[in-house]
Amino acid sequence: MSTAATTTAVPVRRRRGLPVVRQLKQAVGLQRGMLVAGLVLTGVFLLTAALADLLAPYGYNQLRDADGPFGAQQSPSGEHWLGTTVGGYDVLSRVIYGTRTALAVIVVGIVLSFFIGVLLGLVSGYFGGWLDRVLVVVADAVYAFPPLLLAIVTAIVISGGQSSLWGGIMAAAIAITVIYIPQYFRVIRAETVRIKAEAYVESAKVIGASHWRIMTRHVLRNATRTLPLILTLNASEAILTLAGLGFLGFGIEPTSGAEWGFDLNRALSDVTSGIWWTSIPPGLAIVWVVLGLTLVGESLNDLVDPRLRSRRAADAGETGEVTVVPGGTLGAGPAGLAGIEATR
Amino acid sequence: MTTTSTELTGEPATVPEAAPPTRRRRTGGGLGSYITVRFLLIFPTVFILVTTVFFLMRTTGDPITAALGGRLAPAELAERVAAAGYDRPLFTQYLEYLGQLVRLDFGTTLSTNQPVLEVLADFGAATLELAVYALIVAFVIGIPLGRFAAYARDRWPDAVLRVFAILCYATPVFFLGMLLKLVFSSSLGWLPANGRASTRTEILIQTSVDNPTGIYLIDAIKTGSGEAVRDVLEHAILPAVALGLLTAGVFLRLVRTNVIGTLGMGYVEAARSRGVGERRLLRKHAYRPALIPIITVIGLQIALLLGGAVLTETTFEWRGLGFQLSEFLQARDFVAVQGMVVLLAVVVAVTNFVVDVVAALIDPRVRY
Amino acid sequence: MSSTTGPVVDIRDLSVTFATDAGRVVAVQDVSLEVGPGEVLAIVGESGSGKTVTARSILGLLPETATTRGAVLLTRKDGSSSADVVTLKRSDLGDVRGRDAAMVFQEPSTSLNPVYKVGWQIIEGLRAHGGYSRAEARAKAIDVLRRVGIPEPEKRIDHYPHQFSGGQKQRIVIAQALVLDPGVIIADEPTTALDVTVQAEILDLLRRCRDEFGTAIVLITHNMGVVADLADRVAVMFQGRLVEQADVRTLFSAPREEYTKQLLGSVPRLGQGLARTQERAAARPADWAQAAPLVAARDLRIVYPGRLRAPDFTAVDGVSFAIRPGEVLGLVGESGSGKTTIGRAIAGLTKVTDGSLTVLGTEMNGVKEKRFRPVRERIGFVFQDPASSFNPLLTIAQAVAEPLVVHGRAKDAHEARGRVEELLEAVQLPTSFADRFPHELSGGQRQRASLARALALRPELLIADEPTSALDVSVQARVLDLFAELQLEYGFACLFISHDLAVVDILADRIAVLYRGQLVEEGTGEQVLGAPQHPYTQRLLASLPVPDPDEQAARRASWQSLA
Repeated sequence: MSTAATTTAVPVRRRRGLPVVRQLKQAVGLQRGMLVAGLVLTGVFLLTAALADLLAPYGYNQLRDADGPFGAQQSPSGEHWLGTTVGGYDVLSRVIYGTRTALAVIVVGIVLSFFIGVLLGLVSGYFGGWLDRVLVVVADAVYAFPPLLLAIVTAIVISGGQSSLWGGIMAAAIAITVIYIPQYFRVIRAETVRIKAEAYVESAKVIGASHWRIMTRHVLRNATRTLPLILTLNASEAILTLAGLGFLGFGIEPTSGAEWGFDLNRALSDVTSGIWWTSIPPGLAIVWVVLGLTLVGESLNDLVDPRLRSRRAADAGETGEVTVVPGGTLGAGPAGLAGIEATR
Repeated sequence: MTTTSTELTGEPATVPEAAPPTRRRRTGGGLGSYITVRFLLIFPTVFILVTTVFFLMRTTGDPITAALGGRLAPAELAERVAAAGYDRPLFTQYLEYLGQLVRLDFGTTLSTNQPVLEVLADFGAATLELAVYALIVAFVIGIPLGRFAAYARDRWPDAVLRVFAILCYATPVFFLGMLLKLVFSSSLGWLPANGRASTRTEILIQTSVDNPTGIYLIDAIKTGSGEAVRDVLEHAILPAVALGLLTAGVFLRLVRTNVIGTLGMGYVEAARSRGVGERRLLRKHAYRPALIPIITVIGLQIALLLGGAVLTETTFEWRGLGFQLSEFLQARDFVAVQGMVVLLAVVVAVTNFVVDVVAALIDPRVRY
Repeated sequence: MSSTTGPVVDIRDLSVTFATDAGRVVAVQDVSLEVGPGEVLAIVGESGSGKTVTARSILGLLPETATTRGAVLLTRKDGSSSADVVTLKRSDLGDVRGRDAAMVFQEPSTSLNPVYKVGWQIIEGLRAHGGYSRAEARAKAIDVLRRVGIPEPEKRIDHYPHQFSGGQKQRIVIAQALVLDPGVIIADEPTTALDVTVQAEILDLLRRCRDEFGTAIVLITHNMGVVADLADRVAVMFQGRLVEQADVRTLFSAPREEYTKQLLGSVPRLGQGLARTQERAAARPADWAQAAPLVAARDLRIVYPGRLRAPDFTAVDGVSFAIRPGEVLGLVGESGSGKTTIGRAIAGLTKVTDGSLTVLGTEMNGVKEKRFRPVRERIGFVFQDPASSFNPLLTIAQAVAEPLVVHGRAKDAHEARGRVEELLEAVQLPTSFADRFPHELSGGQRQRASLARALALRPELLIADEPTSALDVSVQARVLDLFAELQLEYGFACLFISHDLAVVDILADRIAVLYRGQLVEEGTGEQVLGAPQHPYTQRLLASLPVPDPDEQAARRASWQSLA
């Protein structure tokens, strides 16, 4: 919405809107179900993070209340709905506070990698040349490297292995950044190279537009179409990386923050003795968040790609049978009807 | 998310869309030069990773301070640091490190005082064994189910399979491992929870096999004891399923998307117009062309599998490279960590090379 | 054309509806058609006329979003059985497809599976329809390959599709259809993706299919020349309905319906531009020929470097030509002839390798973008594909204002609004279109907007790269008219690139013919089209089917004598 008080018409943006809302309207059947489920799961996650102080019965590092210490490995009870951990913390409270750590890592990690990756990909893809080749080889090398190992190396650098809440969050977030810069770089670069060959970019070049104008006005805006879904998928991978680091002992100390992977690491020995309540709740929390984000990303992906989008079938006519050709696409589809120029 | 870019270096597209058709994609001897170029590309890849890892790890300080800092008196610490040469300029150390790597010297661990290459020799077989089991699980589950999901597209079996695939991906391997242990080991008592074999079997292998391969299944078969083989397999089931399901989910989605993509191609329609049945269309026409991109992506999965192996081995105390790495991390032995990370980078780079060559060999457009 | 036995295809009251995002769309409505044995029925129409949907419904090859009503009766070639495709079950459809009716697609490169040998793909069809032993099937495949004109079929049967040229691939696709000996072949734009010289060969092959195998053909095409060349009977479709059906001679000589007349009138014909060219030549001042040319090429060479040890490709090889002020030079050639490359080099999109190319006083060989940028103000460019030449995120007004903003004539799109509306009026687009997005315009409308954008700065030189080849013929006619009017009004010089001789003839003062990167012939339309000197030009001209069955029959004879 432009605030300029011009009398000329503001461009009418029909058939456009917030990306997710538009897709939600477009979706049908199974795909709609997946998208809605994903949005609900993600929404619950975000709400929990926002309201953690209200929802959690105890603090994440609380070991005792007025009645004395909680005790270690207590089974679920009225006081502790999901029992206590081997360290004597309340499991439910730690699961709830874990959403905050997870959200912080997602936000920091994605913001950092997003801007650096997009900028590099755009410049590299647009100008080409030796810088592009070097960056592509570097990005491919890093991309092919086991992400968890890279995260470990980065975590060592940042925290030296031990950490406070923000130290741990930054360690995980920067580890994720290092992994994802090449991914954003690759995606945006590939899009840029594709768009660069499109006629409208060549047409801008022929007009005499400067590189900067072409890059910002024509290439960037078109190259970022697929980003919402990459963002959701990377967010879910960020959670998994954080949990993996925590599980290997690069987590956040329980006194400074709640982190699911670290709790799972501590619960490893409990499993052998049949104690389920220390491992299942934090594990399910991870699955919950990753599942939610992935469902949103996957269904967005399907809806953006017309090949994968399912459509409402035409109502069966009174006579005849619907000819079923699974996955068949029609070369000259009915969209061609719109292609007829009105004879005036 | 399957952004597969098989391009080598992504050279800028100087040839416009209307490139003349007379120009063949690759002319005579194309495969040979492709393999050569692809092989040479291993070196910059490894070089970049070595450099990245070296400088990243040294920005924290030197490994000796990291491992022993606080436990030794400052003077003694400084002496040990100087003795190991960690007080010299970083770039000198970097060049020296590169020199070592060229001689295949990946460093010596601080905690066990053992060359890193020896660690690989001791524990590599275990990780290889686990990875192969996991790949078998992934192939057996992921590929047929992916084909089936594509066939049943948008009907309920497809919906179930897609949610299954997403769940495979959303569940961290270590959590899945712990769940499996809880159910099949602690509760039901059907399968062992930890390790690669029972102590009896390990002793049997050590005493009766002359040249143990380190791959327990082969060694157990060599002992001739059916009980040992059974024991080894029982120990392998849970870790293989935990690690395999992660990859199976990826395979399932990949196969489904690619097969659906090829099902929309003109040649499938053309074959259908000649009266070729739907099952055969799926089996022959959609599946095989879809295989080529799938194989390329499988190469990238190897990296994911190795990361997963670290977690799986830690969960199941499977004494392989990943378990060792996790031990070195606990011990803050960063020389060992660096050595192993670099070594794994080489393994990944070589595997990807092999996978790309295989993909090229299958594609007749490259082969001829 | 009367037939003694019953029709092989009998379509009765066919209606097809599609479900789309925008609701139900009727693609075909109440169409009834018959195809007799050995008859060639052409279904013509523009995009969206429903011709392809009608043809595909003969084989039941519609996507699952389609609902079909009516009946499509297919009869076996020997008349032994007949079935209604609309009501057939999926398993039974497989038996009918290929055996009773086979299909030839538009794109030969995508209708062959790249990972299987062509022989395997031919044999697959055979094995789907009955018991052939491996050796029998292979012998049959080799035989059919020979009959469609593939040399050395014994060896070529084991080659992969990418080892064949486009025309050969289409021959193989036809062989795949023929080997099953169907009663009818449905050919959906079988030559649209091919060059005109190859098109002539494929049309000849299709004619032989009918003559030697007795196969009926349903030919779907938008090209009236192809219709005149091959068809016995013609059905004209418009907006999903059958408009007119007639014998081919009757249709061309005495079209009954208004739409058919309009369609035939829009088809460009050779020699159409003669009067206009002469008129323009007469109006020129005497010293015009001495004026300094805007564009001059001397021994121009453009090479695309090869990758991975592949040899370099020389797209343009020693070409010399000139464009004088106010002159329209038509550049004609088939794909790979280098015509597009020349246009791109003039616009500074492709680097000159060797020789000299002067554009508005600037030498393009080794020019720096910085030096050329001021010159760009004086050049306009119209791209081939109207679908991709507009940034999908900008409105038409914003896109047309771009050149004005870039060259400082206006601060932003708002300020340029007045001029944008003037330009839209000049290209006969309603000014209300200014606030629309490109996807809300049809192809012809977009190409007009593209013309408006190119003319925004009143350029001295316009480069038009196949500006009408993606458009329907009636739309093309209107865009070409507009083009001629604007050229007269603005007086720009123009390089008009096209693969279609007849289109170039309408607009161009002079025509240059390119063949494999070399300029083989240049002259006025009268010289080049009337008395071609170079054998390639002669072949090109003879290959071009004209929209008149009798004249085309004569031309075919002369083409055969050239071959």
